[in-house]
Amino acid sequence: MANVAYPTEPLKCWARAKELRQRYYEDYAKAHDTGGLRWAGGAWSFDAIPMGLGPDVYPLTSEPYAASIAFNREFSKRCLEATEAKGYARDLCSYMRNYWGSLLLNEYAFGGPFPRPDFIWQDHICCSHAKWYQVVRDLEDDIPYYCIDVAVGPYEEARDRQHRVQYIVDQMHQGIEFLERATGRTYDDARLIEAVKNDCRATSAWAEVSALNKTIPAPLDEKTMYALYVLGTLHKASRDVADFYEELRDEVRDRVARGIAAVPNEICRVITDTQPPWGFLKIFRYMEKYGCVSVGSLYTFGLIGAWEDKPNGTWGPRTTPMAAGTPMETRDQALHILADWTLSRPEWQHFYSPHLKSQLMLRIAKEWQLQGVMLHYNRGCEGLSLGIAENRLALIDAGLPVMVFEGNMGDDSEFDEDATKNRIDSFMESLGIKRPGEEL
Amino acid sequence: MVTAGIDMGAKWVKVVLLRDGEVIARGKALTGFEQKASAAKALADALGQAGLSADAIDRTAATGAGRKDAPGSPIELTEVTAAALGAVQIERSARTVIDVGAEEGRAIKTTDAGKVVDFAVNEKCAAGSGAFTEAMARALETPVEEIGPLSLQSSQAIPMNAQCAVFAESEVVSLLHARTPKADIARAVHDAIANRIVSMARKVGINEHVVLIGGVARNVGFVDAVERELGLKITVPPDPEFVSALGAALHAAERRG
Ligand code: SF4
Repeated sequence: MANVAYPTEPLKCWARAKELRQRYYEDYAKAHDTGGLRWAGGAWSFDAIPMGLGPDVYPLTSEPYAASIAFNREFSKRCLEATEAKGYARDLCSYMRNYWGSLLLNEYAFGGPFPRPDFIWQDHICCSHAKWYQVVRDLEDDIPYYCIDVAVGPYEEARDRQHRVQYIVDQMHQGIEFLERATGRTYDDARLIEAVKNDCRATSAWAEVSALNKTIPAPLDEKTMYALYVLGTLHKASRDVADFYEELRDEVRDRVARGIAAVPNEICRVITDTQPPWGFLKIFRYMEKYGCVSVGSLYTFGLIGAWEDKPNGTWGPRTTPMAAGTPMETRDQALHILADWTLSRPEWQHFYSPHLKSQLMLRIAKEWQLQGVMLHYNRGCEGLSLGIAENRLALIDAGLPVMVFEGNMGDDSEFDEDATKNRIDSFMESLGIKRPGEEL
Repeated sequence: MVTAGIDMGAKWVKVVLLRDGEVIARGKALTGFEQKASAAKALADALGQAGLSADAIDRTAATGAGRKDAPGSPIELTEVTAAALGAVQIERSARTVIDVGAEEGRAIKTTDAGKVVDFAVNEKCAAGSGAFTEAMARALETPVEEIGPLSLQSSQAIPMNAQCAVFAESEVVSLLHARTPKADIARAVHDAIANRIVSMARKVGINEHVVLIGGVARNVGFVDAVERELGLKITVPPDPEFVSALGAALHAAERRG
């Protein structure tokens, strides 16, 4: 393989992404200062719905908050210890354990005491989601709690799709009644409709950003994508995030047009799977020394991105209801669109089907022109790791080289940095890629 | 051309010298805490056998966990690549290589050219490495080199429930208290480690010709257990602990200068 040197440059909207994230955590903490409300729930929650309560209602989504804790290894260690000391098992979801630890220590990762939510707005896609806020309610005073059961299976394969959507829509309608009761506020449907439109804009734009990474050289690397996709896990239904993703999409289109690479020496393209070990993102930089770039993953593309089959057979951003001319004038219409749109997102679909997940990974391997796949056997997340060994077999059967490494997204005691680097070395050697600095 | 392959293992440093593709000497030293000094000692040992000075070596490659501490500035390659290259050089038809060292076990699927197709590594669990046998030999109060032949005298299989080295040690102690014959316990120990290693090898797929390398391949009890677990005969090359060093020396020879 020849040495290459593509042009590269930093992302212009990087500072804006950091600012949005910082403001999100501050807004949540300070909400009460101006009479606003705070709610807590998972990153999978339908965040558009509480937005009908007014412009001063701020969420704290638990998984990205826990990932922020995990990134700070010293704080994470104390959080995990506090949770374990309280008697919770070490093999539970490590995001959940970090979150509980932050609550138990009464320390907010962004400074000050842990800001107590006014209500909990959750949905249950994974068993840990079901337990997460039950424990929060055990530890805190009785916080009003509503959750939506979304375990309806893969939407794409369903013949009875409308029943699945209706099951969720019915719970959403009841959820709005709950929100009014819990907060004493009157619900505003116009705000809901705007929030659903934001959600569709944001998630479609993120899918396009991910699809642009099919280009060689890739305009983005996955380590950078982590810092960007997180905004969608924080508040995809907010206007700020939707506007930001459209701005980002335009910038990435421009990078593609000008041939700007994320990794100037790109010679090898891989994807990963599941959340990374957050305290050790430097392994991505280690791979880049070989010219190996992770162009994303089903996780980074599909947790937030909304996708569809394009007429030419490729995978691309789902056409928004606004572009498709789908009416969205009533509460019921908005909720139907929100449920259908959300269930169509790839991560929601493969959650209950390793078979579908393998198909999606193989599709990415082909369309994103990969040389291999690096699977994170993530002991911290039962939800996304379930079936990963099946995915490995399917990828190998299809002729793709696969490397696995063990770790934990939120508990660094289960990650061995040197051993993982050694595996990367072996994997690169097996792909015929020479060690950095060595002659070819 | 003379090339040197150095395998900086967790317990032993092994060196192989090649002249035009033929092995001319081997050297070995306990790794200890001073890896660099041990490597120099093993290299000096091999050079002494070959009657050469260090200047005679055209190129060196190092593998093993401590390869960054190998003397000189050798070409580096991982244990996986080195094991596959070395094993295929000795056994041309080898397609599955199982390498069990003091602290790690690995299974490799390879092509006829020694190119790695897939691999699995156990670097975390002591129950899949030589350290496990050593710990169990201590619990049995038997010299480690005797535990293999001892296990072949066993007349019955006793399943060991513990998959973890720590718990297995207490299980061995309990079996001793229950007056279970030592030979049967020794076999149970080897069956447990073989079970671990073979299940890892199955992840990469077992191709008919399986070659077992690494220091633990000298243990006849372990070889027997692996064969029973796999249900097929395996090949153990002479000097199995030097195979990765051989692979490194071959790699050095193949690289353009
Ligand atoms: S186990 Fe995984 S999917 Fe489930 S809540 Fe934790 S991080 Fe989310």
